[in-house]
Amino acid sequence: MAARIQVPRAARRGDVIEVRILIQHPMETGYRHDDVGHLIKRNVINVLSCRYAGVEVFRADLSSGISANPYVQFYTVAEASGDLEFTWVDDEGQRGSERQAIVVKG
Amino acid sequence: MRRAGLALAAAALAAGVALAQERAIPPGELKSGSAFLGPDLRALQNDAFANPGMLWVERGEKLWSEPAGKKTLACASCHKDTGMRGAAATYPKIYKASGKLVNLEERINLCRTARMGAEPLRYESEELLALTAYLARQSLGLPIATRIDGAARAHFEAGHAAYHLRRGQMNLSCAHCHDAQWGKRLLSETISQGHPNAYPAYRMEWQTMGSLERRLRACLSGIRAEMLPYGSQEYLDLELYLAWRAQGLPIETPGVRR
Repeated sequence: MAARIQVPRAARRGDVIEVRILIQHPMETGYRHDDVGHLIKRNVINVLSCRYAGVEVFRADLSSGISANPYVQFYTVAEASGDLEFTWVDDEGQRGSERQAIVVKG
Repeated sequence: MRRAGLALAAAALAAGVALAQERAIPPGELKSGSAFLGPDLRALQNDAFANPGMLWVERGEKLWSEPAGKKTLACASCHKDTGMRGAAATYPKIYKASGKLVNLEERINLCRTARMGAEPLRYESEELLALTAYLARQSLGLPIATRIDGAARAHFEAGHAAYHLRRGQMNLSCAHCHDAQWGKRLLSETISQGHPNAYPAYRMEWQTMGSLERRLRACLSGIRAEMLPYGSQEYLDLELYLAWRAQGLPIETPGVRR
């Protein structure tokens, strides 16, 4: 599962930082039928979570209402240098992760 | 008499050529498909991070330097340092070795089969979409600059004919919507001018990336006409005509479309 994340490389302590993630995933709704009429099994990313220096700062329970290749954006406060680590799981149990370090000064 | 006939034929030919080159939409009025989008999709396309098509561009960048085929060559093994800026803006064009008209997808496959000893990639495969998107992205902002002289001339004429041919149960040609009715509403949609400058593009309806030919097939299906197989000559000719028609419009790949 390819993904792109965007986190500032550096920030000052107390700054509000923008965090963005785009994950390549079909987000199969479970409501569609294939060419011969069989229901296509639901397969969506159901949990997306972000840990900042080991502490969970964001969690989203996604469902079949979210379009393919979901894009998520949120804000958090820069408190300490460390990694922002995203993890996600889909209905088939496939896991993905992506991480990036941020340096916090001041 | 015979001479007069010849002169007449020559005049008719010249008139035909002039007719084909007549522009239904003058260059000053050319509008990219993004001009017919809502502000939200336009913003998504212009956001180089959030644009979902960039997932394919990134994949293409990786594939570019991954060896493939018997000779374990990557694209980057031959195309060193120089970059491919401007290359995609000249397609479709005549491939000198064979004298045939090729689009960017086929040009990639020609490199794979002839130079790298690799299998050609299937149309709409993730890999081919990724490589095409990566190449086209490098021409971002450059105007479409295809040539219709020399051997391309006959293909241009054929493309012109294909564009104006009435097809399908609705008996419509491309020109009926995209030359004569652009800017007007078709149910909830605004009819665009039908330019190819953002392809391969991410289409909301597909929820994925697709080639220009996939888009052409979608139009054909919409007017209830027969869809031709991918890579057929008629599509290639039509792609050349569309590129000529959009000459001067900047490349926007990966576009985001409804």
